[in-house]
Amino acid sequence: MSNSLSKIEKRTAYALTLPAVLIVFAIVLFPIFSNVWISFKEVQLKDIRIPEPRAKKIVKSVKNEDSKIKIIYKLRNSSLIQDIRDVKFQDKFPNNVQPVDLDERCNFISNKVQCNFGDWSKKYREQFVIFFETKNGEKIDKKQFKLNKTKLKGKADNILLTSDFTLLNFKKVFTNYEFKDLLLTTFYYTFFGTVGAIVFGILSAQMVNQNFRGRSFIRSTLLFPYVAPVVALAFTWELLLDPNSGTLNNLLLNYNIIDKPINLLGQKYVSIFVFGFEFKLRLALTTVIIFEIWRYFPLAFLFILARLQAVPKELYEAADIDGAGPYTKFINITLPQITAVISILFMIRFIWNFNKFEDIFLLTGGASGTRTLPINVYEQGFSIGDIGMGSAVSIVIVLLLLFFMLIYFKLIGKRANES
Amino acid sequence: MRVKSIITFSIISSFFLFSLVSIWKILSTLQGIELKTLNFNFYFLSGIIISCVSIFLGKKLNKLSIVIILSSVFVLIDYFINSSLPIWHYIGTFLILLFFVNKLSKYNKKNFSYNFSVQIIFFDFLTLFGIIFFSFVILFPFYLMLVTSFKTQALLLINPLDFSIDFTQNIKSLFKSYIIVFTEYNFGKYMLNSSIVSIGTVIITLLLGIPAAYAVARLNFFGKHFLSTSILIIYMFPAIVLVIPLYTVFSQLGLRNSVFGLLIIYTATTLPVAIYMLQGYFKSIPKELEEAGIMDGQNWFGIIVKIILPLSLPAIASVALYVFMIAWNEFLFSLMFLDSPSSFTLSRAIQFLNVGAETPRQYLMAGSVVVTLPILFIFVYFEKYLVSGLTSGSVKG
Repeated sequence: MSNSLSKIEKRTAYALTLPAVLIVFAIVLFPIFSNVWISFKEVQLKDIRIPEPRAKKIVKSVKNEDSKIKIIYKLRNSSLIQDIRDVKFQDKFPNNVQPVDLDERCNFISNKVQCNFGDWSKKYREQFVIFFETKNGEKIDKKQFKLNKTKLKGKADNILLTSDFTLLNFKKVFTNYEFKDLLLTTFYYTFFGTVGAIVFGILSAQMVNQNFRGRSFIRSTLLFPYVAPVVALAFTWELLLDPNSGTLNNLLLNYNIIDKPINLLGQKYVSIFVFGFEFKLRLALTTVIIFEIWRYFPLAFLFILARLQAVPKELYEAADIDGAGPYTKFINITLPQITAVISILFMIRFIWNFNKFEDIFLLTGGASGTRTLPINVYEQGFSIGDIGMGSAVSIVIVLLLLFFMLIYFKLIGKRANES
Repeated sequence: MRVKSIITFSIISSFFLFSLVSIWKILSTLQGIELKTLNFNFYFLSGIIISCVSIFLGKKLNKLSIVIILSSVFVLIDYFINSSLPIWHYIGTFLILLFFVNKLSKYNKKNFSYNFSVQIIFFDFLTLFGIIFFSFVILFPFYLMLVTSFKTQALLLINPLDFSIDFTQNIKSLFKSYIIVFTEYNFGKYMLNSSIVSIGTVIITLLLGIPAAYAVARLNFFGKHFLSTSILIIYMFPAIVLVIPLYTVFSQLGLRNSVFGLLIIYTATTLPVAIYMLQGYFKSIPKELEEAGIMDGQNWFGIIVKIILPLSLPAIASVALYVFMIAWNEFLFSLMFLDSPSSFTLSRAIQFLNVGAETPRQYLMAGSVVVTLPILFIFVYFEKYLVSGLTSGSVKG
């Protein structure tokens, strides 16, 4: 009895989860694995269409012969790089006509011309002509010939399914002189974006955790950048930072704080002199990181605030009795209470900043030293059009991500054991 | 001790005054007023004078009179320094001063003899400063977005700092950018597409996610543990690593350029988080209720519809809102999968406007307002649900 019940339970469970599992498998897991497959292939963006035979039909009347008509088919292989095998052709014609000197590859049966064109090599082109005449010498009706659509069939390999593999993509990824720079940029962006967001999150949460009027208003306002669509925010920031007509530059010029506009999103380096030493700051990258912090500190704020509100008031009261000042209280009570949240936040944000694509893409498009790994996937795959390379970079991302996740779950597991 | 505290106090408070006045000046400058300097020295000095006066005279005069006198004197000096500014600027300055001196009047000589008075003052002002700083920094881009949509490109090129809106014109010319965005740029259609995609995603995600989450939360089956851990892992993979294979496969299947294809992708990418959030909630529902349901002869469908659903409406609402937000704001997939303007979503349409021929910026910003307003409205209106969605689904962002 219990056995059959558990069987029913199992069956129900599979029925309930199957649709969700299938769709996630098809759209998320399958692509991750097929990245591996594609990354070992040389595929260009223009090759992913499966090659097909095409024909353009032109109907022409023949001079001085009313009963005859000339039909030209411009045949071609749509692919510039792949062959098509076993091309078959078929076209239907009106009842009262017959072909004259039909090509030997074809035959005419019951008003249909059927041809076997055999194999077409890549870039194949042919001008194929058929003459028709009416059986009884009547005047031919041109219109009727245009009615039918030509049918063409052929077999071609799907370039994604062939079995030629190459290591070239990975070789290119790792030997590219930019790869080190790419990793470094990604690391800067991820690390400083994460740390900045958390620092601002702590500051704002500490603030909002006090009692003042308009507190709930401030709380919702602080979440606006996180909730609003990236596209709108990125374009607003572009207008704000534009070197010529941007608000920020014009304000700074107006107050004589700078004497010429700064191209905050388009300048790779800016020199800063500190105590006579020259530092090169990556300007565009810094701006992008600031946008990142602006957009994601609300999340850190939300988490830390929730934790702060759960800190027992008695701790602070006890500290007051001991005569501790605000600074001591912050360091010795508040910070230890939120370290757990901060470390989890750090891991989550680190992984997500590492994955971030839209923000940089919309602000700079990856120019002026802001190209991170995700931007590079897009650049390789769709700007340059090398799908194989794009997939190879995706694989690098996935591997690094798995490494980060391993650390993340280890840390979480440790925390779970401790508490 | 006291002298040191008083000096720190006056310096900190004058910094605070300076930042308050500066923000007000920046906002005034953006209304097209000629203000060429922030006048740091003057405001800093006045800040120190005001705070000292307020401390030493605080007890001798009554509070109200000191607040009004100090503010008026300050505004008068301000008037002599930059005369010929519109009256509302001075009124604003006066109100800021009232607020500032009112804050100062809470401190008197006694406050400065405590042990940690410097720290307390520092933290007090840091909080005040922080609130103003954060609100300004957060809201400024939104303000800019809104105001730009009411200006014209030509006027902004003449004076990029004049964002004043002419309210005397008739409504039609005031909202011209919005009318054009909806008529010429077809934003009505895009808005419809966005709504269909987002609402469709929410519905399908819930339809598939609720049963799956229930199974993960309650039933025993082989692979349950594997499923519940892999949900989180899958969820952490970014869209960018899915884009190339999906693009190639969807191109070959002819699924690109359709709202339907987008719907499938959004559903698949939001399902893991929906299941993760829902199963957590379902586990907190007492098992006895379902056992009672089983006694009554309900099958799993009955149990989910009659017992689980009514009990977990708040959780479902926050999942729905969260998924809606993700789908509405999504950009990468709509960029990759939509080529023809008839199937654009709002995000894609705005990007298209920006990349295409020189679109005047007021239209771009009007479009941005159109895509931002609904989501902000929903957020403010359903804040409670969305915030809990954000917190529990926050592994993504």
